Parts: sequence; C-alpha cells; structure tokens
Amino acid sequence: MTETLQQPEFTAPWDERHLLGLENLSADQITRILDLADSFQSLSKGASQKLSILNGTVVANLFFENSTRTKTSFNIAARRLGADTVDFSASGSSLSKGETFVDTALTIEAMGVDLVVCRHRTPGAPQLLARHLRAGVLNAGDGTHEHPTQALLDMLTIRQRLGRIEGLTVALVGDIRHSRVARSNIHGLTKLGAKVIVCGPATLIPRTISQMGVEIAYSLDEILPRVDCVNLLRVQFERQRGAFFPSIPEYAHLFGMNGDRIRRAKDGLLVLAPGPINRGVELTPEVADGPHSVILNQVSNGLLIRMACLYLLAKKAGKS
Amino acid sequence: MKTLIKNGTIIDPASRIDSLGSILIENDSISGVYLGEAPPEADRVIDATGMLVCPGFIDPHVAVREPGFEEDETIASATAAALAGGFTGIAALPDTNPVVDNRGSAEFVKRQAERAANCRVFPLGAVTKGHQGEELAEIGLLVESEAVAFTDAKNPIANAEVMRRALEYTGMFDRPVLHHSIVPELSETGVMHEGFESTRLGLVGIPAAASDIMTGRDIALAELTGGRVHIMCISTREAVERVRLAQARGVSVSADVTPHHLLFTHEVMQSFDTLFKCNPPLRSQEHVDALIGGLRDGTISVISADHQPLAIEKKDVELDVAPFGLCGLETLLAICVETLITPGHLTWSQLISCLTIGPAKLLKLPHGTLGGNAPADVTFIDPTEQWTVDATSFRSLSRNTPFDGRSVTGRVVATMVAGDIRFSTREL
Repeated sequence: MTETLQQPEFTAPWDERHLLGLENLSADQITRILDLADSFQSLSKGASQKLSILNGTVVANLFFENSTRTKTSFNIAARRLGADTVDFSASGSSLSKGETFVDTALTIEAMGVDLVVCRHRTPGAPQLLARHLRAGVLNAGDGTHEHPTQALLDMLTIRQRLGRIEGLTVALVGDIRHSRVARSNIHGLTKLGAKVIVCGPATLIPRTISQMGVEIAYSLDEILPRVDCVNLLRVQFERQRGAFFPSIPEYAHLFGMNGDRIRRAKDGLLVLAPGPINRGVELTPEVADGPHSVILNQVSNGLLIRMACLYLLAKKAGKS
Repeated sequence: MKTLIKNGTIIDPASRIDSLGSILIENDSISGVYLGEAPPEADRVIDATGMLVCPGFIDPHVAVREPGFEEDETIASATAAALAGGFTGIAALPDTNPVVDNRGSAEFVKRQAERAANCRVFPLGAVTKGHQGEELAEIGLLVESEAVAFTDAKNPIANAEVMRRALEYTGMFDRPVLHHSIVPELSETGVMHEGFESTRLGLVGIPAAASDIMTGRDIALAELTGGRVHIMCISTREAVERVRLAQARGVSVSADVTPHHLLFTHEVMQSFDTLFKCNPPLRSQEHVDALIGGLRDGTISVISADHQPLAIEKKDVELDVAPFGLCGLETLLAICVETLITPGHLTWSQLISCLTIGPAKLLKLPHGTLGGNAPADVTFIDPTEQWTVDATSFRSLSRNTPFDGRSVTGRVVATMVAGDIRFSTREL
C-alpha cells in the first residue's frame, strides 16, 4: 500500500480547495480524479477494505435536500479512507427554519470539520458556503446546477468499459432542463473530447444549451444508431413546475429505453442511469437488468470517485 | 432673502440651457437665470465654479418601506439617501404594510416626509386594493391626498380587464399608471434572465418575452382607453421597440430604465450573488444596447434608481429565496456617468433631462426645471470627482448594493430643496 501511495496520482499537488462543479476543472484535473479512483480500486480491493490515509480528518455531510444514495456513498467513502463523518440533514429553506443555511454550516464547521459535503436544492448554495467557510466544500448536488461526483462516476464507468472517453458519442436522455447530472456530464464529457447529444421532450431541453457545445435531438430513435452510451436521466417529478409532457406512457413511448430500442442500437451500447430509476418510465426492467446496463457499476464507482475527491480536497487542506 | 449661485455650468434641459451663468433665488423659488449678463446683488452667494448646476432630480418610484418594513428603510432614511443622490423629490411606492390604497396611508407618508424635512415626497397610490390585482383602490380619494400616480409596485396587474378599468379610471384624473410590465406566469419562479447563463447555472429564467408581451398588452390598453401607462424599469429590446412605435402613433406610453440594467448583464449571475438579483432581471448585452438606444432617441425619457432597500440578512440567503432589488439612490449619478456619459451615449443635458423634466412631466409636477419661477430645487454636481462607493457610509438604512467598492466618477456635491441646502459634501 505504501508503494501505491507513492504513485504520481497520489503525490502530485492539487490546487482546488473546493469541488463545486466540473465547469471550473480542467481536462487534466478530471483525468487525475478518474486515475485516482482507478488506483483506489486496486488499493482497497473495490473499496471493500478500510484504509487509514484520512485518519484525523472530519467530513461533515450537510444535506439540505433528501438523499439516501449520495449521502450513503459519501459516508462510506469517507470511512473507507479512515475519516470521521458527521451527518446533518434538514429539509426546507433557511427561511422556514429560522436559522440561515450559512449559520447552520458555520455551526457545524465550528465543531472542527475539515471538509463539508453539501447537497442543497438551490443552485449556487455550495458557492455561498465556500465564501463563508474555511473548510473545503464538496458539492453533492446543488439544485439544477451541478452534481460533479455523479458525472465523474459516469465517466469512470464509461472509461472502464470502453477504454476511453475521447471520440465517443454520449446521449443524455430525458429531463435536461432540471438535471444537474446533465450539466456536469456535459462539462466533463466535452472537456475530455466526447461528443454529447441531449435528447428529450422540447419542453425539457432549454434551446440555449447548444451553446454548451452539445447537439440537441428530439428523436431517440434517430440518434440511437450513432451513440456509444446513453445516460437515462430520471424524470424529476419533484422539480417540475406544471406539466412538461402530456403523460408518462407518452414519455416512455418516445424516450424510454426498451428491448426494441436496444436491438436497433450499436452492439456494445452502454446504458447508464444516475438513479434512482423509475422502472417502466426511463427504461424497462429488461434493459435495467440486461447486459448493456452498467447501473450497478456506477454505484460502486461512485464510492471510488468520492474517495478520490475527498482525498484530494483533504490533501489541499493539509490533512493527508 | 436672495441667494445667488454663480460661476457654475447651468444645465436646465426644460429651458434648453447648457452654459455658464448664474441663478438667483428669492426665498423658496427661482427668480431668474442669467447667462452672459451681470447677475443682480444677493444676500448670499454660492460659488459653483467647476460644477454643473441643474434642477433637483426626481425619482418616480422609490421603495421607502415605511410603514411595515422599517428594518429596511424609513421615509426619513430614504429621503436622506435621496438628498445624497441629488434627488429633491421622490415618489414613494405604495407597497408598504398597510398598502397605500387609502387616504389615511397617503396622509401618513406625507406626514412622515414633513417630519424628516429632507426632500419632497410624492405619494404613489395603489391601483388595486392590497395590490391584489382585483378591485380598484380608492383612486379618486387618493388623488385628493395628492397621489401623483398609481402603481401596484412589483406586482404585475395580470388581469387585462382590471388594467383596462384602471387606465380608464386614472385617466379621468389625468394620472398615469406605473406598471411592472411582466407576465406573471412566465416569471413567477424565475430568479434571472432566461438565456444561456440561466441554462448553464441551472437557475430558473425569466424570458424577455415575459416583458415584451406585457408591454405590448399595456400599450394596446392605453390605446383603447386613452389612459396613460408608464413602463417601470424597461429591460428588453422588443419592449423598447414597442414603446417607440406606440409613441410614434400618439399612444400615451412612457418608460424608465435603471442604471444597473445599463451597467450589468446576466453574466454577473455566475457569482450566484444575490445582490445582482433584481426584477426585472439583468438581461443580455443586446438588450442593454437597445436600452441605450431608447435613451438616445428619447423613447425612454426617465431614469430611476428603482431603489429597493433590503436588510442585508434578507439578502444573505440562497438565491431562490432572496428577495429582488438593490439600493440605488446614492450611486445613481455615478453609474449613469459610467454607462452613459463616459462612453458618449448621452450628453450631460440629455442625462439631466431624464432625471428632472422627464419624471416631472410623467408625474405632472412643477419641479424639474429652473425656469418660470419654479421651486428652488437645485442639484450641484462635480462631474470629474473620482470616488469609491462605500456602502457603510450610505444614508440609506440598507447596504444591498452591487456597487460597493467600485471606483466611480461624478458626484453630487450639494442638494438644495426650496432654497435650503439640505445636503453637501463640502463648504459652499
């Protein structure tokens, strides 16, 4: 293990105090995180073995929006590295709670926290924290803005399966408008040289998104033969204001991934989904549990990516 | 008591004056302007060498926040801020608690203004009771309490039938309706301009179409009823164009613009800083260019700070829950110099017109000019003074300014109301 820790992906300096989004990371920085995640896989045998490199580091999970999967993943990742974790969950806005969001974070930080993992329903909330806290801030999803670790784990999964990112064509399908996963994936994939197509109902694709360097498509059937991966974004019923499409069956008919569509796609098509998946909406059980699906690989890669991000931010904070 | 202001550059757009000269004031009104000829003797002489001397500024919609929101601002603090910004008169928005939809509330505004004895305060009355957009407020009685115009402040009047009746009814008293012309259904959950930046930042946008559509509706209703409608804080290219075309065919429609909509674009939202959150939102460069075009050809005849003071704890929260608005009275002139004078878009005379006779005509006030025995409301400007905005020195109770720390040029050095110097930064 000591030998592995001497490798450059561990020892090279890391310049970012916070991980707020993929928009402000370079291609080299993103690759570094992916490489580090791969190294953690061999080091901790798929993250099943506990390490001690972050002993003495305290990671606070501040979740102001409901989350089970991401919070659990961050928790396990921190503990795998030997860090202590503290959980704080609260729903609702600061206005309804009496104490402001920033005051809550400052209070938690004053208990000796080195890194803050933040999930919040408002875009820019982690930026607000980063302005007020001395601790490093890791964005675990801010509203419809960014969800950097999700995009990183998607990219890690693609790279492990297909050996590269550059030159691939990746389709993000579904509710692009309300998706932080889509925005982070667009930043990350385009930086690493992939072509990105966003596909979904016109009501859920802002037209100006083409300025982010992506192609807009409204027909899944038209694009399927030329894509290497599809990432099926969850229909965000809770973020939608009013009806953006007429019915669930119509959505599933036009944009759902099913066996018929799989057969018309490229042979080695990868099917990703950030989850939690709505079976029968974004994809049928046949696809979710079939050979093209890498959904569970994504979940285990999530641990590795979060270990890598926590390690780098702790390193910057002088804790490892 | 006679006061003589001499050696200054007198700019009075209403009288088409822009030259060196002297102004004689007798008691509380102006008795004469002397250009080239020797001025008469006076009891007191103010040397305005190097200064621009112009009619006192008038802002047609200022949130005074009293009664009901005294943690943000009071009539005393708003009028003190106004004086520091060169304003000798402000029209007070009625979106207080209670709403100024009755005579008693209008009388309270006037009473508090008298107590403060800073600048003049003209009450604005509500168009609809409680700003609910349903029933007309007691507009006739409010006129008797000297309401100069009617508005539901930041609450758009969504119902076209209600707006029609409002324009017909206020037209009877020759008072305008000042409208926040934006379609509520297209803007309710928005926090910024809809465009590439809102897409990238994942923030809910307010499309330009929300402003264009409502401006078009308001023009159509003004044309139908013969009433006068004024678009507050016009922000889009198409809205300016619609106002321009309507004015050309004789419709009674006018518009104002704020300095911040001229200085900033939606790109500033990348900081996620709530100080930039205002309504209508800061738009993109093509809209800014159109606003400047509207000022240049006179389509937009008024500049307003759209002063919206808010206690800082209200702004220091997440972007979606933070209220809209920023503090603008004390920085208005400097930001206008930066956006309009320095780049050569407007002459000083054109700028002063938008701050004086423009709003005076809108509100049918005898102020906004130095001619014809007007009230002696005068603003003295040093057009070259360089200074740094320091929010902690604001007279306003609130500090919600995106201009804090900005290096600016052009400053109000003194403000005179009714012949009395009420504010000055130096000995005169």
